[in-house]
Amino acid sequence: MAWIRAFGAYLPARVVANAELAARYGWDPDWIARMTGIEERRYAADTESVADLGAAAARDCLANAGMSPSDLGLILVSSGSSERRFPGPASSIAHALGLQGVPAIDFPLASAGSLFALALADRLVPFHGNVLIVAAEKMSSIATREPADRNIAPLFGDGAGACLVTPSEGAFRIVDSVLHSDGAFASDLQLGLDAPLQMNGLTVILQAGRKIPAAISEVLERNHVAAPDIPVFIMHQANQNLIDRVARAIGVPSERFFSNIRRNGNTSSASMLIAAAEWWNSETSRSATGICFAGFGAGFHWGAVLATAGSGISR
Amino acid sequence: MTDQEKIIAALKRVTRKDTVPAADEPLFDSGYLDSFALPDMVAEIEKEFSIKIPDSDLTPRKFESIDRITTYIESKR
Repeated sequence: MAWIRAFGAYLPARVVANAELAARYGWDPDWIARMTGIEERRYAADTESVADLGAAAARDCLANAGMSPSDLGLILVSSGSSERRFPGPASSIAHALGLQGVPAIDFPLASAGSLFALALADRLVPFHGNVLIVAAEKMSSIATREPADRNIAPLFGDGAGACLVTPSEGAFRIVDSVLHSDGAFASDLQLGLDAPLQMNGLTVILQAGRKIPAAISEVLERNHVAAPDIPVFIMHQANQNLIDRVARAIGVPSERFFSNIRRNGNTSSASMLIAAAEWWNSETSRSATGICFAGFGAGFHWGAVLATAGSGISR
Repeated sequence: MTDQEKIIAALKRVTRKDTVPAADEPLFDSGYLDSFALPDMVAEIEKEFSIKIPDSDLTPRKFESIDRITTYIESKR
């Protein structure tokens, strides 16, 4: 069995409001808010790397868990915006935490990487002990790469989230997960080696709007849980309209889906764990009896993870 | 009702507009559908024709005009 012990997050200091980007890309500042729910996002400083963001979220998570880096047996790092083709940020994050020899594995899965890492951590915990999942993204560096698509660039922001999964007690026990991939749509959301980010928004929305609810229903039905019985859903923060659509599709009020997209934009694979960390710090998290996570991203890769209230460990 | 009349009825329910584009007019470029109205259009077509459109067929090109939707529906028979 694996337990979620804590979440953590880091957001860069610089807030970039729609008005600033509207001036740069020449659109109505209300347009992006209307179409996506995004009003502002964070941009990292030029001197901040993906690994810097990830290490900051990792430290926050460890502090929330009351643990130290030396307690870790494995680090899983998701990022689709790493500065280098290799090595990815995992080993740098481990080094920043002062670790030597602890395995650190990169998951270069945009958007869905943190969900996949969470599902895999559930299986890896019995062998490795405490697993720290980190998802770090500096999307501003690629979304604004020229020639930037004026309809895509404003969607993204920077940040990092983290989650500690342990073989001992935690607030939530990971019950089950479903993961899926389909390469038929790989070119509909892609980042070439030196090319701008390319996204066929119509295809992404069509596919995500159907696949995310299907994955949630699959994991819930397999465990004989009804969607209305899940107090909180935390999914990849891509677009408020998509979140609302997924909520409608599974038959729960949109308010049941935690959302921070208005303030953070789409931080790709980091978004789910940043949202989880913000929810974790809220009062409502303390009485929650379960969480359903869901994600969808380039590949396409998608899935859902179900966790229920664990041992009631004090936080 | 013909297939095209059914598609137009579905489109009107989604757009809530009385006007209808020409059969070969792009529904997205003309502003009849945006990225979030398209999934609603797909759902209305499934309802109207009592079919389930598989995920593998969910590409915007198949739904970019009334003509293309008509062709797709015919291909499913």
